[in-house]
Amino acid sequence: MNYFDTDLTTLHDKLVNKELTAEQLTRETLAKIKADNEAINAYITIDEEGALKAAKAIDEKGIDADNLWAGIPVAVKDNIVTKGLRTTAASKMLENFNPIYDATVIEKLRANDVIVIGKTNLDEFAMGGSTENSYFKTTHNPWNVNKVPGGSSGGSAATVSAGGVLAALGTDTGGSIRQPASFTGVVGVKPTYGRVSRWGIIAFGSSLDQVGPFTRSVKDNAALLNLIAGHDEHDMTSSDKAVPDFTAGLDGSVKGMRVALPKEYLGEGVDENVKKAVLDAANTFKELGATVDEVSLPHSKYGIAAYYIISSSEASSNLQRFDGIRYGFRAQDVKNLEDVYVRSRSEGFGDEVKRRIMLGTYSLSAGYYDAYFRKAAEVRTLMINDFKKVFEDHDFIIGPTAPTPAFGIGEESSDPKKMYMNDVLTVPVNMAGLPGMSLPAGFSNGLPVGLQIIAKPFDEQTLYKAGYAFEQATDFHKQTPEIGGDK
Amino acid sequence: MNFQTTIGLEVHVELKTNSKIFSPSPVEFGDEPNANTNVIDWGYPGVLPTTNKGVVESGIKAALALHAEIEKHNHFDRKNYFYPDNPKAYQITQADKPIAHDGWIEIEVDGKKKKIGIAEMHIEEDAGKNTHNPNGYSFVDLNRQGTPLIEIVSKPDIASPDEAYAYLEALRQRIQFTGVSDVKMEEGSMRVDVNISIRPYGSDKYGTKTELKNLNSFNYVRKGLAYEEKRQQQVLLSGGTIQQETRRFDETTGQTILMRVKEGSDDYRYFPEPDLPALSISDDWIQDIQESMPEMPGKRRERYVSELGLKDYDAMVLTQTKEMSDFFDATVKNGADAKMAANYLMGDVNAYLNDQQVDLQDTQLTPEHLAAMIKMISDGTISTKIAKKVFKAITKGEEPVAWVKSKGLVQLSDPAQLQPIIKKIVDDNQQSVDDFKNGKDRAVGYLVGQVMKQTRGQANPKVVNELLMKELNNR
Amino acid sequence: MANEEKIDKAQVEHVASLAKLQFEDADLGKFTTQLGDIMELFNTLSEVDTSNVAPTFSVTDQFNTMREDVAVNSHQKEALLKNAPDTEEGFIRVPAIIDESEGAN
Ligand SMILES: [Mg+2]
Ligand SMILES: [Zn+2]
Repeated sequence: MNYFDTDLTTLHDKLVNKELTAEQLTRETLAKIKADNEAINAYITIDEEGALKAAKAIDEKGIDADNLWAGIPVAVKDNIVTKGLRTTAASKMLENFNPIYDATVIEKLRANDVIVIGKTNLDEFAMGGSTENSYFKTTHNPWNVNKVPGGSSGGSAATVSAGGVLAALGTDTGGSIRQPASFTGVVGVKPTYGRVSRWGIIAFGSSLDQVGPFTRSVKDNAALLNLIAGHDEHDMTSSDKAVPDFTAGLDGSVKGMRVALPKEYLGEGVDENVKKAVLDAANTFKELGATVDEVSLPHSKYGIAAYYIISSSEASSNLQRFDGIRYGFRAQDVKNLEDVYVRSRSEGFGDEVKRRIMLGTYSLSAGYYDAYFRKAAEVRTLMINDFKKVFEDHDFIIGPTAPTPAFGIGEESSDPKKMYMNDVLTVPVNMAGLPGMSLPAGFSNGLPVGLQIIAKPFDEQTLYKAGYAFEQATDFHKQTPEIGGDK
Repeated sequence: MNFQTTIGLEVHVELKTNSKIFSPSPVEFGDEPNANTNVIDWGYPGVLPTTNKGVVESGIKAALALHAEIEKHNHFDRKNYFYPDNPKAYQITQADKPIAHDGWIEIEVDGKKKKIGIAEMHIEEDAGKNTHNPNGYSFVDLNRQGTPLIEIVSKPDIASPDEAYAYLEALRQRIQFTGVSDVKMEEGSMRVDVNISIRPYGSDKYGTKTELKNLNSFNYVRKGLAYEEKRQQQVLLSGGTIQQETRRFDETTGQTILMRVKEGSDDYRYFPEPDLPALSISDDWIQDIQESMPEMPGKRRERYVSELGLKDYDAMVLTQTKEMSDFFDATVKNGADAKMAANYLMGDVNAYLNDQQVDLQDTQLTPEHLAAMIKMISDGTISTKIAKKVFKAITKGEEPVAWVKSKGLVQLSDPAQLQPIIKKIVDDNQQSVDDFKNGKDRAVGYLVGQVMKQTRGQANPKVVNELLMKELNNR
Repeated sequence: MANEEKIDKAQVEHVASLAKLQFEDADLGKFTTQLGDIMELFNTLSEVDTSNVAPTFSVTDQFNTMREDVAVNSHQKEALLKNAPDTEEGFIRVPAIIDESEGAN
């Protein structure tokens, strides 16, 4: 089976009415993702045994009619720790790492009878925008297998896009949910910083990281955020704000809402077809009764520099724990303790991870802290203020998710700086901790183009409301990929 | 050339909390290796720290005891360095905005009082422990990882090894009184790093400092500093220069030995800990803690002298530890005469503790029992001689009043009971009566002795004396 | 400005030593060029006037969230040791630590 022609409520009804058992659904899902994995390579680990065991237990217990997610298989990015299920962060460093605890989001999935079907591929430690930086494999874009699926949550995006699962979890530090959602034509949401617990997320940039859902539809996405959001005593940065029902208020209307379109988001480097898709989207919102104003986010152009300094600095510190001593990879035939450190880390990390560690270590080091790390944190304040100003009189912001559609595998991987520039439209949202969504808004040469919607902190409701209205008014989301080569 | 010495001390104090500073694992010592550890203590992928409120509270207490200013808006920072006992390869500490700054404590050396400034005090996590064997391996135990610490950094106000010693004594005493730590160097709950530099008198530029690490007692601190002071003088006087280096004090030779020369400063790449929200300490919270603070040793000392009439020296001895001082206060509160209570604590009780090698709180002695015993002495129920036996009994947890009764040790003070005994003894010793009449006072002593012998020491000597004199004068 | 100078091999090696990484000779050249390129991008921040701007290190809406001082032993010792590359009698085993002065905090 594939998940192209169904949605959460439909499946839920079938499960409740016993037209389908969780075990059947799981078996069909496993068959599909195993078949796809040859062409798409979305998974590092498919947990056939664990998934079937969970499904049988859920069937035995009976499907809870009040729980939309009971018995539904979901894929999880492999930087989210799963107790007893290998978690690698796509790194040789953790090739055989067996977590002994569950991330809070996984606990919530399991508590709600969601079936964790497998662990999806990513750029090593979530560092990258193409999923080419995985130690294990390169994931391919279902729309064109010669193209990247985006990254770093490329595996999660690709499997949802290919119809392998109804939903998947990703993480987004600088666009790692929204950009692959854009490249693969699905809905991806990065919630407000603090909306979802980071406990059990292998840290990359601690002040930026958030977990979020990939789905085929806006409504299903809201339903999955309902499940994973909320304060967690394990994560002191998680917000204690009440979690509303994100599926409420999806009525297709944006009448009277004030939409902002930053001129910086349609500037140099943005593909013509992408621009067109965004301008068309602006028109759609106008037709639906919203107003659209051009606004300015003047510090956007410094976003990439500030983001890469902060995220790499935090990463350089976060990744120091991978030292070959307590878990993970330890180099063989070491002569002394220094060897354990240097050789385990030099052999265990890939090039992109090493680059980020180097950039971060440099930015924090004596004599450079003020010019780099601190300066970037000051620019971050200015970026936040830019958004605050726009939100004084606008409900949400629209723009492209990525400057271009999916690029070719191997096309940009040799030029890290060029690769970093692709994140120009997504990183400001992480810097300001805002909620952001990417949803299908058009095509460019047969490849999906995503529209990004950005809302105020903790206002995911507006994100979903606007996204739902756009989705109802368009049919981009109804198109499905035919897995194959160049079209 | 004459030199002046500048000493700085960094003191780490382990806080006595139930759980670790950033993880709920228990803070306990002496368990099997790694028994008190969890995924947070091991720095597992994906874990996050959570701040222990009790640690912040203890930090505020310590800061108040050191007369320091509380930094109301403070936060944690990461200090990055690789070491096997440092599982995240960063220590969560406070660098930029520590919880307290600009405190002071008073010391007294050779009768002269001096205030020593405290630059800052911060809270942080302790590391695990590495042990070594000769076969080329080291072993890591993470039980201690995450134990809460306060680090107290002195200002460069300390000018001699004796002042350093006095500073440590005063610091230990004040912290001990707050109850936030045991502050025992031998158990590692107080650890001292020192640095020392010298410069020619009048020079306004500090000399290059050397650092002494892992000192095991206040005495070694004093000896190590004294050695280092002299060594630096000799180096400079012979035309040499002091290198910035870390040295170790050798307890057997009394010398300091080079461990490593520091090339430049370490680069710890401090930055604010993004996993922990900033702390905001309210005036109300500080006020509450201030009100719950135990009386500090200086205040107690004053009170003992002015209100209880103790000698200054006695007041000082009694306020060495909070346990002793609390015990004394409770004994007095239970009705004991203050001076007698002080004498017993400094005499018999201290002798007992030394003899048994135990701390007061680990004995069966209670203020209630000691007070009851002292009251029996005061009201003549027992003699001081009998009290020696009673004291032994209360060290074994006996209730003294009941014990004295059951052993029949109550002093015989009733004239109706003593009169016949005295009369008989006087009757039987005509020689002594004659001697008395002839002015030989020694005869009285002999007769008292006979009465005591007859009553197996239980007769009240004062009453016996009175009755005997009356009897003799009647003859 | 010092930070505007291009990073050289010696600096890269110094930073690598802080990060406990090492590069083969060929990689060192490549990394130096790439890092130099990226640092050039970073240096564009010097154009921004931030003289009166406070830094943002976190965007959490939480403050003063603290845990009560209650101890919980998770009894994870065995599971933790099982994941360690080398252990002996309940300890994590590593090649001998030579310089004991480095670890103190
Ligand atoms: Mg220190
Ligand atoms: Zn310290």
